[in-house]
Amino acid sequence: MNAEFYHAVHIDEQVCIGCSHCMSVCPTEAIRVREGKARILEERCIDCGECYRKCPVSAIKVEENELEMIFDYKHRVALLPAIFSGQFPDEIKPVQIHNALLQLGFTHVHEVEKGTGIVSELQNKQIQDQTEPKPYISTFCPAIIRLIQVNFPLLVENLLHVKPPVDMAALYIRKKLETMGLKKEDTGLFYITPCAAKIAAIESPVGENQSNINGVINMNSLFHQMQATVKHAGNQGETLEQVEGKEILWPLTGGERANIKGSSLAIDGIKNVIAFLEKIENEEISGVDFLEMRACDQSCAGGILVPENKFLAAERLNRRAASTASTEGLSDEIKAHEEYLVENSRLQQLKPRSALKLDNDTTRAMEKMKRMRKIMCFLPGFDCGGCGSPTCQALSEDIVQGNADISYCVFMQKVMQKNHKLSTEHALSIIEKIWGKQRLDKNCNKIGADNEN
Amino acid sequence: MKLEYHIKGGDFNSVGSASSEVKKILKQLNIDPHSIKRIVVSLYEAEVNIAAHAYYGTIKVAIKPEKVKVRLEDHGPGIPDIDLAMQEGYSTASQAVREMGFGAGMGLPNIKRNTDTFQLESEVGKGTTLSFENYLNKDNS
Repeated sequence: MNAEFYHAVHIDEQVCIGCSHCMSVCPTEAIRVREGKARILEERCIDCGECYRKCPVSAIKVEENELEMIFDYKHRVALLPAIFSGQFPDEIKPVQIHNALLQLGFTHVHEVEKGTGIVSELQNKQIQDQTEPKPYISTFCPAIIRLIQVNFPLLVENLLHVKPPVDMAALYIRKKLETMGLKKEDTGLFYITPCAAKIAAIESPVGENQSNINGVINMNSLFHQMQATVKHAGNQGETLEQVEGKEILWPLTGGERANIKGSSLAIDGIKNVIAFLEKIENEEISGVDFLEMRACDQSCAGGILVPENKFLAAERLNRRAASTASTEGLSDEIKAHEEYLVENSRLQQLKPRSALKLDNDTTRAMEKMKRMRKIMCFLPGFDCGGCGSPTCQALSEDIVQGNADISYCVFMQKVMQKNHKLSTEHALSIIEKIWGKQRLDKNCNKIGADNEN
Repeated sequence: MKLEYHIKGGDFNSVGSASSEVKKILKQLNIDPHSIKRIVVSLYEAEVNIAAHAYYGTIKVAIKPEKVKVRLEDHGPGIPDIDLAMQEGYSTASQAVREMGFGAGMGLPNIKRNTDTFQLESEVGKGTTLSFENYLNKDNS
C-alpha cells in the first residue's frame, strides 16, 4: 500500500448498498459509485469522516486496533484527549475514569492537553518570527492539514511548523518514563482517538518520519467497553484532574487561539473551513495573524468517533475548565523537560499533494481542460450524482481521465436515445455498470420500503 | 486556452468571481503555486478596479504553456493621469467604494509588482485597457 495514501476510513463492500449519500457529502469529491458500491479515491480522501457520519447502513469503517494489543507491552500508557472525560455524566468522577482505565489494563494514564502551553509558546514565536506568509494556520487538526495539501496547495506554506499536542504529549511522556527507568521498548503508547484523521496522522504522519505512538484505540469502542467498569471503579488513587483550565479548552473551538498573541480566528466545520481557505487563497483576508481550523463542527467534541452529543461533551469540558485553576506558566514536571520538547517540536516542511491537477504536464493538462469544457457544453449541470460522480464537473474530469463515459449521464442517455444513438437495453446496462446488477428491480427490503429491514 | 469574463461596474457582490474561477483553472493545470498567486492577485485587483471605477468591463485571459496573458478592457471615465494613478496610495475611488473597504490606492502598483509585463492605456471619457503577462516557471512538481 502506498504509504502516502494511507487512510483510516474504508468502505465495507459487503455492507455498502451503493446509495451514494456518502458521495454527496464528501468535501473533496473523493467518492464514486461503480458496480453498485461506493469507492474512495485515495489521492483525494482527507480522512475527515463526513462519509462515516452520513452512511445510513454503517458501511464505512474506521480502522481499529483491538484493546488486547496493549498487552504486547510491559508498560501501557493511555494517551487521553480531554474530550474523553466529557463523555461521562457528572456523577462519574475523573478518578473513576482513571481507575477504570487501569482496570482495563493500562498502567499509566496521561491527558494529552497537559503542557499545551509549550505548543502555544512555539506558535507565538513563529508568528513573531514572521518566517512564513500570513495568516498562519494551525497544525492541530490532521484533516485540515490534508485538506490543504490536497485542495489548497498554495496554502501549505502557511501551516505552522509546530507539532500538535498529541505528538508533544507522546514525546513528553516517553521522556518522563525513560528518566524514571522504564525501558523504551517495554513502553507502549496508545492514543484514544476521537476521529479517523488522527489515526491517519499517527499511522502515516506528515512532517515527521514515524510516530512515537504505538497504537490507536477508537474512542467509541473504548467508551462502550468501559461502561460497566467505570460505574464500579474506586474513588481512591490518582485522578485525571491534572490538566489546567485553559489546556482543557484546546480541543474545543476557540480554545487554541485564545492563547495566541495577535489577531486570530477560530473556524470549525469543514465547509466553513473550505469557504475561508478560498478567501485566503484569493488574498481577500488581511489583518489576521493566526487561524485555528477544525474539520468537525464543535471541533473535537464533534469528532466522528465521539459517542456523546457534541454540545453536551463541550459543555462538560467548559465546566471542568472553569472549575480547574489555571496557573500562569508550565507545571514543574513539564518545565523539567521543556528544552527537550522544544528541540523536538518542529514539523518538517509539509508538501502539497494537489489532487486538483489534471496532469503533471501543463500542456497535457490544458488539453484535458479544453476537452472538459467541451463536454460541459452537453452535461446539464444538475450535479444529480446519477452518473456515479458527485457533480457534472467531476464527471467531465472523470471522462477525460478515462474513468467514465458521457453515456454515464442519465440525461445524456435520454438525448442519445432520442437521436437513436443508444438503445434502451444499452442505457440500462450502463446504469447497471454504475449502480449494480438488478439494482432497479423491485426490492421491498430497502430503507423506507414495505418490508424495510 | 481562452477565457472571457464580463464585469459590471458597481457590482461588488460578485467582485472576485473571475479571479476565483481563473485560480481554480490554474490549479487544475498544475501551474506552480508562486505563479498562480501572482496572477490571481493581479487579476483580483484589476477586477476590483473595473467594479470600482468603470461602467462595464471585459476580461480576456489566454493561458499558454509558457505564459498567461490578461487583457482587461472597460468602458468608463478613463484615467486622466496614469503616472498619478500608479502612485501608491493615490485613489480616485468614490466615497461609497471606500466605505466598502476598497480604494486604498494600491491596486495598480500591486498589479505592476506581480506581473512580468504591464501595459496601461486610457482615454478620458471612453475607457481603460490594461494588459499584463505572467511567465510561468518551467519546473513544477
